[in-house]
Amino acid sequence: MTHDFSQEITGDRESQNQQGNTWRQYFSFNTDHKVIGVQYMVMTFIFFLIGGLLAMLIRAELLTPESNLVDRPLYNGLFTMHGTIMIFLWIIPFNAGLSNYLVPLMIGARDMSFPLLNAISFWILPPAGLLLLSSFFLPNGTAQAGWWSYPPVSLQVPGDQFINGEFIWIVSLVLIGISSIMGAVNFVTTIFWMRAPGMTFFRMPVFVWSVFSAQLLQLVNLPALTAALILLLLDLSFGTQFFKPDANGDPIIYQHLFWFYSHPAVYIMALPAFGIFAEILPAFSRNPLFGYRSVAIATLGIAFISIFVWVHHMFTSATPGWMRMTFMATSMLVAIPTGIKAFAWTATIWRSKLHLETPMLFAMGGAAMFIFGGVTGVMLAATPFDIHVNNTYFVVGHFHYIVFNTITMAIFAAIYYWFPKITGRMYAEGWGKLHFWLTFIPANITFFSMHPLGLQGMLRRVSSYDPQYQGWNIIASLASFLLGASTLPFIANIVGSWLYGPRAVDNPWHATGLEWTTSSPPPRDNFEEIPTVTRPPYDYGNPKYSVIVNSDNSE
Amino acid sequence: MFSVFEYVLIAFYVAVLLVVSRWIGQQAFSWMPPQATAEAQRVDDLFSFLVSIGAFIFLGLIGVIVYAIAFHRAPPEDYTEGHPSRGDARLEILWTATPTLLVVWIAFQSFNIYQQLNILGLNQIVHLHTPLESAPAYAANISDVPKPASETIDVFVKQWDWSFRYPNNVTSNQLHLPIARATRLNLQAQDVIHGFYVPEFRLKQDIIPGRKIDIVLTPIRAGKYRLKDSQFSGTYFALMETDVYVESLDRYNQWLTQTATSEQTPVNQAVAENIQPPKTLFNSGWYTVTPAQPEVANKRKLNNDT
Repeated sequence: MTHDFSQEITGDRESQNQQGNTWRQYFSFNTDHKVIGVQYMVMTFIFFLIGGLLAMLIRAELLTPESNLVDRPLYNGLFTMHGTIMIFLWIIPFNAGLSNYLVPLMIGARDMSFPLLNAISFWILPPAGLLLLSSFFLPNGTAQAGWWSYPPVSLQVPGDQFINGEFIWIVSLVLIGISSIMGAVNFVTTIFWMRAPGMTFFRMPVFVWSVFSAQLLQLVNLPALTAALILLLLDLSFGTQFFKPDANGDPIIYQHLFWFYSHPAVYIMALPAFGIFAEILPAFSRNPLFGYRSVAIATLGIAFISIFVWVHHMFTSATPGWMRMTFMATSMLVAIPTGIKAFAWTATIWRSKLHLETPMLFAMGGAAMFIFGGVTGVMLAATPFDIHVNNTYFVVGHFHYIVFNTITMAIFAAIYYWFPKITGRMYAEGWGKLHFWLTFIPANITFFSMHPLGLQGMLRRVSSYDPQYQGWNIIASLASFLLGASTLPFIANIVGSWLYGPRAVDNPWHATGLEWTTSSPPPRDNFEEIPTVTRPPYDYGNPKYSVIVNSDNSE
Repeated sequence: MFSVFEYVLIAFYVAVLLVVSRWIGQQAFSWMPPQATAEAQRVDDLFSFLVSIGAFIFLGLIGVIVYAIAFHRAPPEDYTEGHPSRGDARLEILWTATPTLLVVWIAFQSFNIYQQLNILGLNQIVHLHTPLESAPAYAANISDVPKPASETIDVFVKQWDWSFRYPNNVTSNQLHLPIARATRLNLQAQDVIHGFYVPEFRLKQDIIPGRKIDIVLTPIRAGKYRLKDSQFSGTYFALMETDVYVESLDRYNQWLTQTATSEQTPVNQAVAENIQPPKTLFNSGWYTVTPAQPEVANKRKLNNDT
């Protein structure tokens, strides 16, 4: 059987090689990890735009205290879909796409371990995403219970309709989960078995370490979410009573299962972002990554600790004192490995030779904002303070400092950094810098404003609020519209440069890392010859990367 | 690694940071709503402490980054090495030990303050087949045993209506609390999970249907506050608010007797809005759970008493 498959793949490869680099391949079932990577990234970016539009509608409603733009069920649908799309159809699959593109190149492999599985895991996503969006057209609309979908609220659907928003929501999420599990198996196997000769674990770039850690988390924790969703579906549509309090079910069990995945999910999203920082900061400060080994181990450490912190989302959920105190302690432990990372980034930048090109701006901006989000994260771990701000805009602000100001900034950094490698063309630097400032400033204004609102007691998910909260809400809303507009120069730059940009050299940043040793864009099988690794990672002192060998000096 | 002059500069920078972050920590008190319970003061002390430490770390690291941006830019074509160090064992031990110590310190402070709060006497009666009697045994030393209270008020919550039953069997949609007296609230939800939250009390507790959850609180500041539903409870979630009055024992008793004799006309915003929705630009007309009429609600409450 396996033999047949491999022959099929080889045949497939030959035909793809003949086709060359046409746009058609991105719309077809292709087993090249680079094509799949681009497919993921482009598709998820479209979902990012949709999710962003929903966010702007939410912010438009919150311009005034009264409910006057969208009616309340629609508002609830908007924030439910915004959260769901941004997490499950933007950040997590974008990271999967980026990792797909980069991991084989970075470890010196010709492809992922299971190219066919890889293509299948991508092609599950577009139907799942379209299914989720289609629920807007149901007579009673989308799911309205928030992206947590806590029962019993999530079970309150019109009794006479088997197909409802919540049903669609669960089915799409289970599909996306299946895709993620397939991807995780593939990544872990690839990183474990497909490394080039000499590519020991402690010669792997930190980005590969973070993908490895994040995908291990997917394998360990995602089944809990899938179980929770299936039980919820049974409760919703088939009359079981796992989570129904009026029938001896327990809604709190759902919360445990849900957060057992969804807290580590934060790190499934954040670890690749940390990996991106660890690639870009050394390249643009011309330094080896300071404390590489501790950073690599801290990556695994974060993944490990994050399995044991889920109850901090439930400090107010009738959680007994011993549990509150235990999980307060474990949650705070995360600060140690993340602290190590933040210090190592800073030490890498310290007294270096900084090149402030667009990827570096996004990486430094993202890393700096992560420090802010990390500080408020430690605050939230402290139970007595968390009890006050839990479910308020303080949490929303903190969370967006992580998912937007850190992770999405890192994603933009990654797009600019690897754009020459992926497309073979250079982006326009001026437009990139404009995009950075148009993103960085409004993002900080938008999400900072949420902190005072939360401290004052404004709850998340409200569609109307007390007039005393209006000031900061206006600031947040106006800045968020600007933030939305900031994607326009980005799209113009990326599309324009992809089509008409100047040709890129193989290694425009003089970076270390195997992906820069092959051509831009890389050939079908990545390398003319599988490289043998003899050097430590981030070898920036080495003249090989200081002297310009593979590009003309005119740039 | 550094010259003496640089060590002096770094020491000066750290000293400035200490002063600045301490000052920011003091400001933190003013970012909070007024303190209406003794527990709120403790929480604010903890918050101020967290803000001080957070400001120190944040400003410290940002300062280094800004310094590098200001003084260590490379000329465009200079791709030579920045600094040769790949690591420094002493530094790495230092910055592993520092967050560890900080975390232990923060956790210790938070634990202490949590103990002092004693606000969360979480006495659950879980209506499950498997009795969880053993749970409080673990918990006894971490303040799960509700402290004694002089008053007990039953809190009934449902979509989207708060109601309170007082010791003299009066039921009202307003929460009245005597000042400086420990009052036990017996929280019970009918349909979905709700949350009890008064920002000025710094107290939040989810109310789970099928469980009776007790909390004991002692307000210390007279005034009118808003009770909010802190756990998303469906369509009219935002309207799930009611008034809380903290007043002297005399006025509280006066209100109790007055309310016992007078006819109450409860106003429920969710019911009103369900009958006449506000004009919005986009109307989806999607499904919503119909909030029960207040009259019905009152009857139901009485039936549920036992």
